[in-house]
Amino acid sequence: MKINKIILSFISALALLLSSSVTSFAKVVGDKIILGSAISLTGKYSSNGVHTQNGYNMAVDRINSMGGVKVGGKTYKFEIIYYDDESNPKRAAQLAERLISQDGVEFMLGPYSSGLTKAIAPVTEKYGVPMVEANGASRSLFTKGYKYLFAVLAPANLYLDVAIRTAVELNGGKGVRIAQAFEQDAFSQDVRLGILDAAKETGSEIIIDDKLPKELNDMAATLVKVKQMKPDVLVVSGHTKGALTAIRQIAEMKVDVPMLAMTHCDAAKLSKQHGKNSQYALCASQWHKTLTYKDDFFKDGMTYAADFTKEFGYDPPYQAAESSAALLVFKDAFERANSFDQKKVRDALAATNMQTFYGNIKFAPGGQNVDKPMVLFQVMCDSAGKCENKVVAPLKWASAKLIHPVPKWSER
Amino acid sequence: MDFMVFQYPMISVQACLDGILLGILFALIAYGMALQWGVMNIINIAQGDLVILGGYIAYFMYLYGIHPAWGVIVAPIIMYFIGVGLYKLVINKVVDRDLFISILATFGISILFMQLMNFAFGADVVLANSGYGTTFLFDSAVVLPNSKIFSAFISILFAICLVIYMKKSKLGRAIRATAQNARAAKILGVDTEKVYAATFGINAALCGVAGALISITFTIHPYMGLPYTIRSFMIVIVAGLGNLPGVALSGMGLGVFEEFADYILGTEFRIGAVFLLLVLILVYRRFKLSRKREYLK
Repeated sequence: MKINKIILSFISALALLLSSSVTSFAKVVGDKIILGSAISLTGKYSSNGVHTQNGYNMAVDRINSMGGVKVGGKTYKFEIIYYDDESNPKRAAQLAERLISQDGVEFMLGPYSSGLTKAIAPVTEKYGVPMVEANGASRSLFTKGYKYLFAVLAPANLYLDVAIRTAVELNGGKGVRIAQAFEQDAFSQDVRLGILDAAKETGSEIIIDDKLPKELNDMAATLVKVKQMKPDVLVVSGHTKGALTAIRQIAEMKVDVPMLAMTHCDAAKLSKQHGKNSQYALCASQWHKTLTYKDDFFKDGMTYAADFTKEFGYDPPYQAAESSAALLVFKDAFERANSFDQKKVRDALAATNMQTFYGNIKFAPGGQNVDKPMVLFQVMCDSAGKCENKVVAPLKWASAKLIHPVPKWSER
Repeated sequence: MDFMVFQYPMISVQACLDGILLGILFALIAYGMALQWGVMNIINIAQGDLVILGGYIAYFMYLYGIHPAWGVIVAPIIMYFIGVGLYKLVINKVVDRDLFISILATFGISILFMQLMNFAFGADVVLANSGYGTTFLFDSAVVLPNSKIFSAFISILFAICLVIYMKKSKLGRAIRATAQNARAAKILGVDTEKVYAATFGINAALCGVAGALISITFTIHPYMGLPYTIRSFMIVIVAGLGNLPGVALSGMGLGVFEEFADYILGTEFRIGAVFLLLVLILVYRRFKLSRKREYLK
């Protein structure tokens, strides 16, 4: 009995020693800074999860090949440990725990989607691990007082705000009548709150306020109401399926509405799947390749897009661009902190004020990026049926003039 | 709550027509479920996933430049063989077992199919464009996409063909005999193994047709199968097994109910309303059954 106890305590002591020794070396091994990320490589977010991963990898390769990260007079290279979170929040939280307590990761990159970021943030916060995330835009992430969470993207409530303001401006400053349909998830509901705020400020009226289910594939009822009530603006946010369903049924039912604004058109490959039917749709986007922001690593949006396409064989959606930007932010913070101390890196992150090809980055106390406006692009097609996304608002970045009101179906 | 649907009579007409067209499509899926439930006593949780798989077949034809409407011919053929294969691999081991075992087995198949489809086709929501245009009724007050009318028409066509096949063909008669009494059919020389495999194949083929139609009318996604399973389960519960007119009627009823629930309660409660209706029907059936039992006592 006694011997058993001794053996047991010996083994536990050994295990403890081994695990702690792993922890103390894992954050920076040799000349490598090891970042961790739980990411959706399978499950329902896998497409955007892969875009995120490609964005991260592209930036890691670029930074490493252009001299790496200089801390304390020494040069380091980035490396990322990925785990597949299966698009499942519980799994994501477990994996974050594992990355931190078993793999000894001391700096994290975010997962894909607001829901998964929400699951991981409490874990990184508990361990004081700085996390730069590029794909969680939900407002609720930035109101919880997290100190170690930094998002390079604009919060969800600003996604379609600019659409309402543009509509009001085109209406001579008078309020407009808004019809809206939003999925019932954290992200879309935040987009909805943004619209409510914008409507209140501009004196606009919300005449249809529908909620869409998770398994949405039919929104005929909302569209029949739109036909009947004739609003000035129709706003839809229901991820990819919302954008695809809306365009299909608007075209089939010939619903005429002067302005149609949506989210997730990029990921939905709207113009590819719907061709000319998607023409004139306005889409909120975090980034577009024609924006003229610049940095030393990717030069500008057009160069980034060309390099990305060369490496991965498809045009970069904004999810990839913002993920690449997250690495640039980390590099900048490490160099300014000139240390791997988590608190110092955290403080350096909080003081970030830089421009990347993706946009300006400056964090509010809540962790959201307040220096980068959303852009709206409009799907525009030529007579041969080839469609392109052109930035139309804000005016500073516009590469084409907004077509408003949308021509009636009978005139197309 | 929004009672706009009653304020404008044309919206009611729209809801009814939309519901009926949708219901006919549901009825086709439900008929497949009723068939194999009746013959093999299996509740197939993977029904909706077979539908989605059929949808992907039509979608891939569309991607390669073939009109997706051809999917209603190609998808059932491929799905028939997938159904038979599935029977030989898994289902034959759970026929004649407890209903619970078959539910578990098909639930497992459902998860496997979802993941495999996600792996093979990606998690993107996709659709196939038919380019069929739109029909306007009552001075454009009611709008019906032709793709929905096409779906309903094809569903009816397949249902009629199936009924005739069941009545006239040798295999059809064997299937009906097995459904009535598998043991007696076996004694009389019916190869029940073959009948079971064919039945499961026919069910998968019907799912294939429905899936192709859904890819033309709505959207498809690897994880969108379950609502179709639930709807067909519910239609079968209401109509009973082996009652085709009943399945068609309860399908259309469910379609109209869903559309009205959508208008009145909001789109977010659409599936919720279906669940509620299912619970109410089950409770009502139990209540009716218990009264009958008392009477027998």
